[in-house]
Amino acid sequence: MKKDIGILLIFVVLCTALALMNPRFLSATNLQNTARLIGMFGIFSIGVGFVIVTGGIDLSSGSLFSFLGVLLCVGLVDFRLPWPLVVAAVLVLGGLLGLFHGLVVTRLGVQPFIITLCGLLWYRGLANFLADDSTKGFGHCQDFQTLAALATGNVLGIPIPFVLLCVIGAMAWVVLHRSVYGRYLLAVGQNEEAARFSGVNTKRVITSAYVISGGLGAVSAIFFAFYANAVQPSSHGSFYELFGIAAAVLGGCSLRGGEGSVVGILIGTALLQVLKNLVNLLGIRSSLDFAVMGTVIFIGVVTDEMLKRRKNKRAQSKRQMQEDRARQTENVRPMESL
Amino acid sequence: MRYDAEPILTMRGIDKQFSGVHALRSVCLDVYEGQVVALVGENGAGKSTLMNVLGGVVRPDAGQIRIRGREVGVRDVRHAMALGIAFIHQELHSLDNLDVAGNIFLGREPRCGGPLQLIDRRRLYAAARPYLERLGLAVSPETGVASLSLAQRQQVEIARALSLDARILIMDEPTSSLTPTETDRLLAIIRDLRAAGVSVIYISHRLSEVRHLADRVEVLRDGCNVGSLCGDEIQNQSMVRLMVGRDLAIPQRTPAAVSSECFAVRGLRTKAHPDAAISFSVSAGQILGFAGLVGAGRSEVARSVCGIDPRLSGQIRLAGRTLRIESARDAIDQGIYLVPEDRRRSGLIAEMNVRENISLANLGRYARWGWIDRAAEARAAAGQCRALNVATPSPETKARNLSGGNQQKIVLGKWLSMRPKVIFLDEPTRGIDVGAKAEIYQLMRQLAARGVFIVMISSDMEELLSVSDRIVVMHEGRITGAVDREAFCEETIMHWAVGSAEAETMETKS
Repeated sequence: MKKDIGILLIFVVLCTALALMNPRFLSATNLQNTARLIGMFGIFSIGVGFVIVTGGIDLSSGSLFSFLGVLLCVGLVDFRLPWPLVVAAVLVLGGLLGLFHGLVVTRLGVQPFIITLCGLLWYRGLANFLADDSTKGFGHCQDFQTLAALATGNVLGIPIPFVLLCVIGAMAWVVLHRSVYGRYLLAVGQNEEAARFSGVNTKRVITSAYVISGGLGAVSAIFFAFYANAVQPSSHGSFYELFGIAAAVLGGCSLRGGEGSVVGILIGTALLQVLKNLVNLLGIRSSLDFAVMGTVIFIGVVTDEMLKRRKNKRAQSKRQMQEDRARQTENVRPMESL
Repeated sequence: MRYDAEPILTMRGIDKQFSGVHALRSVCLDVYEGQVVALVGENGAGKSTLMNVLGGVVRPDAGQIRIRGREVGVRDVRHAMALGIAFIHQELHSLDNLDVAGNIFLGREPRCGGPLQLIDRRRLYAAARPYLERLGLAVSPETGVASLSLAQRQQVEIARALSLDARILIMDEPTSSLTPTETDRLLAIIRDLRAAGVSVIYISHRLSEVRHLADRVEVLRDGCNVGSLCGDEIQNQSMVRLMVGRDLAIPQRTPAAVSSECFAVRGLRTKAHPDAAISFSVSAGQILGFAGLVGAGRSEVARSVCGIDPRLSGQIRLAGRTLRIESARDAIDQGIYLVPEDRRRSGLIAEMNVRENISLANLGRYARWGWIDRAAEARAAAGQCRALNVATPSPETKARNLSGGNQQKIVLGKWLSMRPKVIFLDEPTRGIDVGAKAEIYQLMRQLAARGVFIVMISSDMEELLSVSDRIVVMHEGRITGAVDREAFCEETIMHWAVGSAEAETMETKS
């Protein structure tokens, strides 16, 4: 919780500065659009964050968006299947692909980086293949207007992806920070062996994190597809996996695993989107936007590392003092055998 | 020993504070040429700090260090090396990806090729050979360090110290992970070094080694010199008295509870030793000790019974009922718990706090609909901390920030909060100071008296002999002997532990 305050502070400062420099930041349209992006990016970032908490990584998200997006178009437009069926199929497929990653990691012992890198290549390739390298669009089909409205609409002026992010975020917070499963996730990420010795089914816990990542990825994939209203298979969603990882890292997840905060991930996502917005609004050449983001992530992570070091130093001296005191007050020493 | 001569090393009035904590208070130490000085004391007594001062790792706030009468200020580790002081740490610092010679001459490799600064491999290996021969280390200098045993790596570090022409060798707990045979070998090497005029400062918790090896014992307590023992004065009892400030009583043994119930393992085969079937049983009220060399397969037995490793065959019976154990969860659900050998790696989660560690194996009890009741967790943790006398500021302290003894108590607390039926303790007191050790022994005894079946694996002979009611000895995966307390005999146990063939050569040696 305390860790989240740092990134929240950066976020607030950034927003204030941006609002002062360009009042258009606070315009309803801009806020609405930024909120929509935060919603779409936030949902899958939570999943990526869960994987990172277990000490893994998920590089496949961006390609997954393209692959699932193409499938969505194919199902709805080419095959004219009923939309609830297509949506359900996409969500299940996302979960299954996550399950596949998880099983390869836990059963075959392949490093998460590698199997999800394969995923990154596979899904992009499959998307290109299925779409025959051409852009897949939704057009103006009547059959799935409800779905399109759900994906791109607002509730009381708030974009639906953002609303959904709030719901999923709240659930994820409870799961990670208050539930038995969340405790197991953290335990496995910190010390898988000790968790196993304590009776935690570590393989199942790790696998489930990938399932969550795949499932939430599928939710985001649907939003991304309708946001773009067309899926260009070779570029749709490309680099998005890095937004998820960056959001998680900015939000206090350690890539070594065992550390993470849902609130942090959400603020991290928001921070990245506001940065993108900043590049736009301040008229910085958009070709620089990645460089700006890289700089902010760099500053955030280095600051965090420095604060942590200071804290550790303090904790260490405190501990020594306590041990000293404990030694002095220790009066009852039972017997010893020699 | 030339006590009349000038000491090679004199430390006077060494004082060191760490942010308000007085780690060393005007500590003095004299070391003569060709002398083995043992530095003993409980954890936190200041032994390591004192040696870090000497080794140039930390700078003292006050005090003098003289080498051969000349005052020197040890500036840093390099300077210490230049002064002929070598420090062999408990955790070895060898580089696994290099070969033996590369490790010995790391940073001082003979060069060739002019400006290219290539390593002259031929000269490197040639230079390493004499040091290996001197230590009797029968490996080629081209062997990769990764393939060496722990004991051999340690000898490589000693070779490195010798190649630096060290006159004072500091060894911090050098035998903590060695087998008895390896330990004997190391002690012989130290004696040879002593004969060659090298002075050794030896830190150890194993008092029997100290008794056999040391010319003089310096005892530290709470950062002060509390006494010095020479020659015949070096006895376990006298050392312990100085270390803890008083005599420690011999534990009273409660007579074994009269109960027909027992915990039995029949025909257990593990992956490590697939053709050896192990059977043993523990009766209620008893502590069963498992003796043997490191690698004899004792830990594997414990791990298979506790469901960590799959077992190839074998029956586990508790009070006449055969148990189904396929996973760690199965064992835990039936009250069979393991306190593992390496507590930092397998026993607890260092980055989690005491509360989270204690509840980890039994989270279901603290949760409703998956939601953890933190208050209930905290109560349970506080209860265990009180019962086990854990020195922690609060249950919210990270396990990492506790001392070894307190960490071990947390691991125990985790299981004790769950009504144990059988507890396997694998090296329960390794690296733990004398006071905490005694508490853990007492606890084991109390648990046994309450009817918990206790199995203790230990490589510490004194611990086995004093704590166990019965000892089973393993050698290369098989049980080679078992003996009840009345008939305990160190030689017999060693005989079984090393296997008869090796035992004979040992007898002829001694």
